[in-house]
Amino acid sequence: MQVSVYRFNPDQDESPRMQDLDVDLPPDRDMMVLDLLEMLKAKDPSLSYRRSCREGVCGSDGMNMNGRNGLACITPLSEVVKRDRLELRPLPGLPVIRDLVVDLTQFYKQYERVKPYLINDSPPPDQERLQSPEEREKLDGLYECILCACCTTSCPSFWWNPDKFVGPAGLLQAYRFLADSRDTGTAERLADLEDPFSVFRCRGIMNCVSVCPRDLNPTRAIGKIKSMMVTRGT
Amino acid sequence: MVTNASSPGRRGLFDFLVQRVSAVILALFALCVGGWFAVNPGAGHSELAGYLGTPVMLAFASLAVASLIAHTWIGMWMIGTDYLRPHYFGRVARGVRLACQVGVGLVLMAYGAWAITVIWRIA
Repeated sequence: MQVSVYRFNPDQDESPRMQDLDVDLPPDRDMMVLDLLEMLKAKDPSLSYRRSCREGVCGSDGMNMNGRNGLACITPLSEVVKRDRLELRPLPGLPVIRDLVVDLTQFYKQYERVKPYLINDSPPPDQERLQSPEEREKLDGLYECILCACCTTSCPSFWWNPDKFVGPAGLLQAYRFLADSRDTGTAERLADLEDPFSVFRCRGIMNCVSVCPRDLNPTRAIGKIKSMMVTRGT
Repeated sequence: MVTNASSPGRRGLFDFLVQRVSAVILALFALCVGGWFAVNPGAGHSELAGYLGTPVMLAFASLAVASLIAHTWIGMWMIGTDYLRPHYFGRVARGVRLACQVGVGLVLMAYGAWAITVIWRIA
């Protein structure tokens, strides 16, 4: 199989390049893209990528595999390899630090903007703020996000306005707190998102839904934020 | 860097609602006129003028023209803020976007004035 890997070392290279490598795979079993990267790194230790848990929980190894974002550790080669060829690139739309490692500062800035924590100024009860099972159920499909950035970096609206559009991951988290019965910052949260870019730049392209390794649906969450704004603003 | 200064309503929610409402009005108008053509296959100019000349259809046509102008203005502003950026146009991006927005505004005003004269000629 031929593997083409994006290589860029700012200390040595003037511009990025694609490195083509021939790899002999074991014929009797499938493997994950991360396993393949480990094989490549054993041959060339200068190859850089992020990785940690290798089971789709930490969200470190998000990358673009044959044109599609995903986590290398839980993506089988059989799912992405086309015509015996695999192209590995860093997540699109963010500055590259080195090889497959991107600078996620902009992504985290947008995450920080949505105040991803509970806002409640009332005095805390002795033990905890309780929720009914129905109220808790509203957070399903929201709290599971691992912030791998696969969705946000597959979103054209984020590519075009990364400084203003919050992006699918940030907006999923925004709705996670808007939907939380214990949170009292709804008006403040919605007011912060009401400009023409933060949430309304979402065009419903749904790349985010297509690539989410946790099968979450940021587009639906964004739609609910818009509905809340319309309901409260009219 | 894209600024909000030239945003039609300066508020995303306002623009969002105008886009949706104007789209519904345009869809209904297209259905009314298209439906009329479907049930009157051999109709000519005088029959169409008679249909559009009723007070209700004159008001509806005027509303459709206003919707088209509002929808296009907001839509083109959004397209401009997506594509006419320093990444593609360098330092002159803001000037290019402003020129395009002024051009769109002039074209829309011209089309709006023309549409009003057409509608009033029917009336």
